Amino acid sequence: MKKLDFEELKHNPEIKPLQVLDEDGKVVNPDLMPDLSDEELIELFKQMVWSRVLGDRTMKLCRQGRLGFFAPTAGEEASQMGSNFAMSKDDFLLGGYRDVPQLVKHGLPMWKGFLWSKGHVNGNKYPEELNAVPPQIIIGAQYAQTAGVALGLKKKGAKNVAYTYTGDGGTSQGDFYEGVNFASAFKAPALFFVQNNLYAISVPRKAQTAAPTLAQKAVASGIPGLQVDGMDALAVYSVAKQARDWITAGNGPVLIETLCYRYGPHTTAGDVPRRYRSEDEEDIWLKKDPLIRMRKFLESKGLWDEDQEKACVEAANKEVDDAMQEVESQPTQTVTELMQNEYVVTPPAIQKKLDAYQAKEAK
Amino acid sequence: MAKMTMIKAITAAMDEELAHDDKVMIFGEDVGKNGGVFRATDGLQEKYGNDRVFDTPLAESGIIGLANGMALEGFRPVPELQFMGFIYEAFDELAGQMARYRFRMGGTRKFPITVRAPFGGGVHTPELHSDSFEGLLTQVPGLRVVAPSGPYDAKGLLISAIRSDDPVFFCEHMKLYRSIKEEVPDEAYTIPLDKAAVKREGTDVSIITYGYMVQESLAAADELAKEGINAEVVDLRTLAPLDEDTILESVKKTGRVVLVQEAQKQAGVGGQLASLIGEKGILYLDAPIARVAAPDTPYPFSDAEEVWLPNKQDIVDKVKETVNF
Repeated sequence: MKKLDFEELKHNPEIKPLQVLDEDGKVVNPDLMPDLSDEELIELFKQMVWSRVLGDRTMKLCRQGRLGFFAPTAGEEASQMGSNFAMSKDDFLLGGYRDVPQLVKHGLPMWKGFLWSKGHVNGNKYPEELNAVPPQIIIGAQYAQTAGVALGLKKKGAKNVAYTYTGDGGTSQGDFYEGVNFASAFKAPALFFVQNNLYAISVPRKAQTAAPTLAQKAVASGIPGLQVDGMDALAVYSVAKQARDWITAGNGPVLIETLCYRYGPHTTAGDVPRRYRSEDEEDIWLKKDPLIRMRKFLESKGLWDEDQEKACVEAANKEVDDAMQEVESQPTQTVTELMQNEYVVTPPAIQKKLDAYQAKEAK
Repeated sequence: MAKMTMIKAITAAMDEELAHDDKVMIFGEDVGKNGGVFRATDGLQEKYGNDRVFDTPLAESGIIGLANGMALEGFRPVPELQFMGFIYEAFDELAGQMARYRFRMGGTRKFPITVRAPFGGGVHTPELHSDSFEGLLTQVPGLRVVAPSGPYDAKGLLISAIRSDDPVFFCEHMKLYRSIKEEVPDEAYTIPLDKAAVKREGTDVSIITYGYMVQESLAAADELAKEGINAEVVDLRTLAPLDEDTILESVKKTGRVVLVQEAQKQAGVGGQLASLIGEKGILYLDAPIARVAAPDTPYPFSDAEEVWLPNKQDIVDKVKETVNF
């Protein structure tokens, strides 16, 4: 694997998408081929298949009314799982609402991810050892906080990275720039991902900015900005891994733009993609599918076959079923409990209200 | 024990806490070498190093976002917003994030953050430096809003705020920074949060107020005493959540209330107090609840602020109206 020159990338405004595999799973850029064992390659693909199943099943469960709000992930498996594959358990994850798969792979029990979707507080009770926060709803807010987590890691002398994700629309937020710039000014270990899936709900990428790439926004802050084919898991992983290595060596933050596409609507809340994008465009992107090219690549190496795929899908479905059992056995939330968890030390005026709710809910 | 100004008391509180807990981090615009535009952090970077007391880029949302992130890594951040007038820039990170983070994570994380910000009028600042936006902050569940009325309270309340495991917004009235001196103990001491203080005992009327208006109210009470009116002055100290017991006890005792705030009258702290007294103390009242507040306009041009700001005379007049009702 040829090393990327991140120092050079700080000053290089000519940003082009990096790729390893083409749409047919052929290696087009051996220089960027990551050093992964056969087992690791298989594991990465398994995670992508798992994520596709998780996304599709979640959509169905939402339609059945068994889950609540969800942002579909199909089409973004290379971007999400490829980047996450370069992450260590001791790294800190601050995702947006579309980043549930990474959270689960980072250690959040799937049923908690589902409970988050249902709007149940138990989905957001994160174990102490889980270095993550629940998916962010306010677009950009996670970027500003990522700078703080990263600075905290640096002050503690940890060799870890604060990982964060936003979308193409997120790059227009003030907090996006504030977060990147703060991390840059403090030379803090942060890895910023922009998953550019071409639409912020319905507003096309080109309406967000006249900037030819979103990655170049990093250059204004004095940090490296890279663009990668977000349908190519090997390219995403390779770039993320190298960026993480560079960051943990004490060089400061990196921003990576992944070029991807969401096949489904923005969320389950009634978005109809055909109002703002064409079938032809969707077909073009379906041909770029991250699973197809990775599968072809693995098959060409004799590392994957139909039976493995079937087993992988079955295991993922089983995991979803088990998680749903846990979800459906959760107790009803009470306002009393929510209020008990609002403060470490409950103020007397709030305690009175809490007592009143407790009496009401005990009836 | 030494007589000192409020700004010195605030510096002393941060000095104590930097020494007391190595997780305490002080940061903001100009807080480092410059010691803050009001010198609140004077000498602290020199004493504790750039690692603990440091300048940030100029962006308020970034500063509060930084605090939230550092709290997630186990630190105890004490960010400074250079002026409360700049909170609009930071409002999501304050209200949407910091104040609700523990709640949204079901109590599994804590956010021991104290945001300090100067506010208040009468010191001839440019636009949007003197606004009293504490009313906006008191509408945010999960956030304690604290405002000291002098040097002694400032030190004790700030130490309590920094030691609190919940987020606190600490409002420092600029006119109080250097206008009065009080005896302030050299050592660390705490004044409880969530607790109002009766700053002057009285029997005829309760003046309920906070921040710099406590000083105007005490001066008004002195003048009223000469005319035989015995006013009680209640200093809220914590503006949200309110200390309902102390407020209602005073109302019960005097039967008459004048609510004094420097901020505009609409919504805000006085409105909340009136609501509380209306709900839980109306049968104690011998006269309607009276209010002294600024007009409902944006904060005026500094040449007009002395006319616009409520003052001692406004309080005296309103108390007389209430007592003679």
